[in-house]
Amino acid sequence: MTENRAGTVRRICQDHGGDRTRMMDIVLAVQKEFGYVPSAMMDVIAAETGSHRVEVESVVSFYAFLSSRPKGKVIIRLCDDIIDQMAGAERVRQVFEEELGIRVGQTTADGRITLEHTPCIGMSDQAPAALVNDVVVTELNGDKAREVARSLLEYMDPDRLVREYGDGNNAHELIQSMVHNHIRRRDQVILADMTPGEALNKALAMSPAEVIRDVNTARLRGRGGAGFPTGMKWNFTRRAAGTDRYVVCNADEGEPGTFKDRVILTEATDLMIEGMTIGGYAVGANTGIIYLRAEYAYLRAYLEHALEERRRQGLLGKSICGKQGFDFDIRIQMGAGAYICGEETSLLSSCEGERGDPKNRPPFPAEKGYMGKPTTVNNVETFCCVARILEKGPGWFAQIGSEGSSGTKLLSISGDCRGPGVYEVPFGISLREVQRMAGAVDTAAMQIGGPSGQMVGPEDFDRSICFDDISTGGSIMIFGADRDLLHVVDQFMAFFIEESCGYCTPCRVGNVLLRKRLNAVRQGLGTAADLQYLQELGETVKLASRCGLGQTSPNPILTTLERFRPLYEAKLKAEDDGLLSTFDVRSAMSEAEAITGRSSVHFSKA
Amino acid sequence: MGKPIIATTSLAGCFGCHMSILDIDDRILKLFELIDFDRSPINDIKHISQRCAVGLVEGGCANEENVVVLQEFRQNCDVLVSVGDCATMGGIPALRNTISLKECLDEAYLNGPTVFNATGKVPDSEDIPLLLNKVYPCHEVVKMDYHLPGCPPPADAIWEALVALLNGKPLELPYELIKYD
Repeated sequence: MTENRAGTVRRICQDHGGDRTRMMDIVLAVQKEFGYVPSAMMDVIAAETGSHRVEVESVVSFYAFLSSRPKGKVIIRLCDDIIDQMAGAERVRQVFEEELGIRVGQTTADGRITLEHTPCIGMSDQAPAALVNDVVVTELNGDKAREVARSLLEYMDPDRLVREYGDGNNAHELIQSMVHNHIRRRDQVILADMTPGEALNKALAMSPAEVIRDVNTARLRGRGGAGFPTGMKWNFTRRAAGTDRYVVCNADEGEPGTFKDRVILTEATDLMIEGMTIGGYAVGANTGIIYLRAEYAYLRAYLEHALEERRRQGLLGKSICGKQGFDFDIRIQMGAGAYICGEETSLLSSCEGERGDPKNRPPFPAEKGYMGKPTTVNNVETFCCVARILEKGPGWFAQIGSEGSSGTKLLSISGDCRGPGVYEVPFGISLREVQRMAGAVDTAAMQIGGPSGQMVGPEDFDRSICFDDISTGGSIMIFGADRDLLHVVDQFMAFFIEESCGYCTPCRVGNVLLRKRLNAVRQGLGTAADLQYLQELGETVKLASRCGLGQTSPNPILTTLERFRPLYEAKLKAEDDGLLSTFDVRSAMSEAEAITGRSSVHFSKA
Repeated sequence: MGKPIIATTSLAGCFGCHMSILDIDDRILKLFELIDFDRSPINDIKHISQRCAVGLVEGGCANEENVVVLQEFRQNCDVLVSVGDCATMGGIPALRNTISLKECLDEAYLNGPTVFNATGKVPDSEDIPLLLNKVYPCHEVVKMDYHLPGCPPPADAIWEALVALLNGKPLELPYELIKYD
């Protein structure tokens, strides 16, 4: 059997040209074949790709959706982020555990079904949600979970779980998903009609430098959250020394509470691809890569189809739109469940077939990116803006939004509100307006920009969403007055602990210590010194981590310490006796008491 | 005003730090002019009898008795100092932290190649303090005010630290006193 398997694996490697930089695709294909990546097959992959076993193993061990141990034919991944928890994910978990007779993290005795937790899968507007293999199951509750579990036990067919299709392209024959778009507000940039090729033709009538000038004139800034001027990034990429250049679309939408890229990928696919193609023309690239998060695998066939369609129309491929010398094509790179890969240098590592480890910057990707070549990495939404700028003109775009932030922004709104969904709004909108628009009442706090962003309270609701005030990649979670905000903070910290790549000690260790101390405080065991500890350690982790994950991971604690300090202070011990209540002497003696069969002389149970 | 009172103790340590205290040589005479010792292995006083200005703690917490002593120090000393690497980080005793307590005891008293133990049992009596699941540095058990690194900290470092503490001055140790490679 090993020989048969090895043959299959060799064929898979050969299909990818034995190219070690396609390691992600190879291990994903092997996993698809066997349900996991068997240890013996890692040697085969290493031999076939001219790499070392340790490289294969490090890739397999890095990504949450890859496994070196056998798993069920069906894998149920329950989303356990805070919004899903608020919507009843706990009950859903219980029901699945009851029906399947296993706990989260286990596989049924017959090896058929595995039950797992996973962080935000981009369905916060229809929580609680789960992935069953690639199939998305939304708006679960106890009854639905029971139905899902029973159907799977009987038929082992995730596709049977989809009874009704969602709206728009979710019903497309290549998607056929129950996901709903929940588009609650459209504006003129992203969620408006477009004619494929129109913007591209206008771009190709100009020189690449002129295209970049237009993007600059429109004052377009990156939509991923950091807000770097897109035109400037493209200029760097265009001017960087080197021959092959790349355009990469970051569709690894992993920030909890964000799902706007899901809607763009479903409904504004052409706009995005057109923007990428224009990007390719502007920076002088021949190849584009869409890095698609594993959670959105259900959109892959549709995206491939959209690319194929554009190739057919002459909008991708050789001599695009008849323009001699402009060849550009796009491939899709699947991710495998790693939040860190949303960070651009990690994303590039992943595209190169490695662990999603961040790289040192500088050199920036514009200079040395994918395969060490000049690369521009932009957000899905940014590319959409580019296409619209070229179509309607930079002046038109620049007059939308606010002074320093032109254009519109897609917001993914979830949590305690009547209208969770995607809203396209002009920049400069106030949080109060967002709150009203989403139908939220009695709001205690809004988390802007996901866990890596900031938590703000009602006194800040007059502030506005734009790069100069509160910047966001689009995630807005709303928490009502009855929510335990420190529990929210705890869950965000748990998320970062899970997703840290482990390279920088301050991030790998610091976040664990932060969470531990936070919970000691929450249990009423803390003193003022503990708050200071949280503050100082949080700042250290930010300062001493090399990528965006570590640099933002203490934000849940730091922003709430600043804006919601009374919540912490209310939990502090009345008197500081210097004895640390984080130290539990009774549990520290549990093993010795079990071994000796007697209890402590000094610290008896009384 | 009386002389400041100092207490010292060795928890899960090797007494090396206390040897280093004695290593201040003839300055110990000067020290006795400056301070009085309360509980300390040096004078064998068993419990702290009065409020102390400074407590010097060698070693981390490996058993319940260590915890009792450390808490007594915290409750009776204005300033508490972790002296040496065991107090600061757990040190050599903490090497057992990656191994379960049962495995450690079995190896030490039953299965080790050089063990002769006719009883075939791990020793146990109410007079033997229960071991903790792992060895804790002092600052994980009570609040520690200062940490003096070294294995052991050089006598000069201990001297300088004490003088600075007693005079309420900032401590500036020369690089040579805190460099250990």
